[in-house]
Amino acid sequence: MLSRRIIPCLDVRDGKVVKGVRFRDHVVMGEIVELAMRYRDEGADELVFYDITASPEGRSVDRGWVERVARVIDIPFCVAGGIRSVDDAREVLYAGADKISVNSPALERPSLIDELADAFGVQCVVVGIDSLRDADGEWRVRQYTGDPSKMQALARRTLDWMIEAQQRGAGEIVLNCMGSDGVRQGYDLDQLDAARMLCSVPLIASGGAGAPEHFRDAFTVADVDGALAASVFHSGAIAIPELKRYLREQGIEIRD
Amino acid sequence: MAVVLVDAGGTNIGSVRYALQRLGADAALTSDAATIRAADKVILPGVGAAGPGMARLRELGLVELMRSLTQPVLGVCLGMQLLCEWSEESETECLGLIPASVRRFEEAPGLRVPHMGWNQLKVRKEHSLLKGLGEQDWAYFVHSYAVSVGDYSLATADHGGEFSAVIASGNFHGMQFHPERSAAVGATLLKNFLEL
Repeated sequence: MLSRRIIPCLDVRDGKVVKGVRFRDHVVMGEIVELAMRYRDEGADELVFYDITASPEGRSVDRGWVERVARVIDIPFCVAGGIRSVDDAREVLYAGADKISVNSPALERPSLIDELADAFGVQCVVVGIDSLRDADGEWRVRQYTGDPSKMQALARRTLDWMIEAQQRGAGEIVLNCMGSDGVRQGYDLDQLDAARMLCSVPLIASGGAGAPEHFRDAFTVADVDGALAASVFHSGAIAIPELKRYLREQGIEIRD
Repeated sequence: MAVVLVDAGGTNIGSVRYALQRLGADAALTSDAATIRAADKVILPGVGAAGPGMARLRELGLVELMRSLTQPVLGVCLGMQLLCEWSEESETECLGLIPASVRRFEEAPGLRVPHMGWNQLKVRKEHSLLKGLGEQDWAYFVHSYAVSVGDYSLATADHGGEFSAVIASGNFHGMQFHPERSAAVGATLLKNFLEL
């Protein structure tokens, strides 16, 4: 049986791992390679690195740290941020990343997803979606969320975009529910559940993990394939070995 | 010992190379026929699609060379699929070195394709490639197409049905998962291949 995945997310800014609350007020959490090794040793199933300033600053990911991570890490990792062409993606994949994740550039130019899937296969192509519920009750997509001064609300409905992304060749969807991000009150189960109904590729929950029960609920209620979290892991509030033991006790398929 | 990685355009070449380095083996990346022929061990990595993968081998003039190799050869992920006879992916004729065909995972309710993540290996046949592998060790998979189970299957995994995770026929071997990304289990299997 396929294991559900526990995925620490490392936001990278200027070569360091940082964490902010609701995408703001970033503080430095540590060195990239050091944190990557720590999570690998603790049993993380996968790592995601978001170069959070690459897209708003219109630049690509620095491949230097991708290569440094790839040399030491023996679990899969995904790199996101500023990938806006097949060439950008190739650089990152050849540097040793297993997957690339696109978000804002795919919103600017959706055919980027098709091009990436054609060039590297759908299994390499993750589409990240930042989503927030608007006053009218609809979930809509946000763009350039790495920089509050550049963030934009789009007219595009989250679920419509998720369907389109899959049709274009997304091999995995990371749904970041911004309303719950950084506040540790649990994943947005309503939104994830709605997304799951329309998502036939792996779906990763992001935003809101604060307790082991939140991971359990994401897996058992919203049936997501992986759960991504940052601050609870960085701060040590949740230790991955204990989290995985707890989830196994709950009858959830989890890698030892 | 000379280990070579066949540069057929797979994007996981870097990570396979680093994994070998962690085991103390410095593998040269090459598409040169003489270098490949002279190597003690040949690894065909690859992430991508079967059609472009075979096209690249043809372009490099490596199809007949791959077929003529007598030293241990390991295909990883797409590399393993290319060792088989045929792939449903763009109806591609492959190298035909392992008597198996490659098919897409069939759609089923709740079955996610691509098959992406950690799954357990079930040993089906004893083989020195699997030395030290436990009963239900985990490996990391990322693929939409899979090799069905046959005499060539050394280990299998389950995703809406059993499929081949490790295959071998003569000197040709394949791993559907990514040993370079399968933590200690992957390192053990790669080390076993280097010691074949």
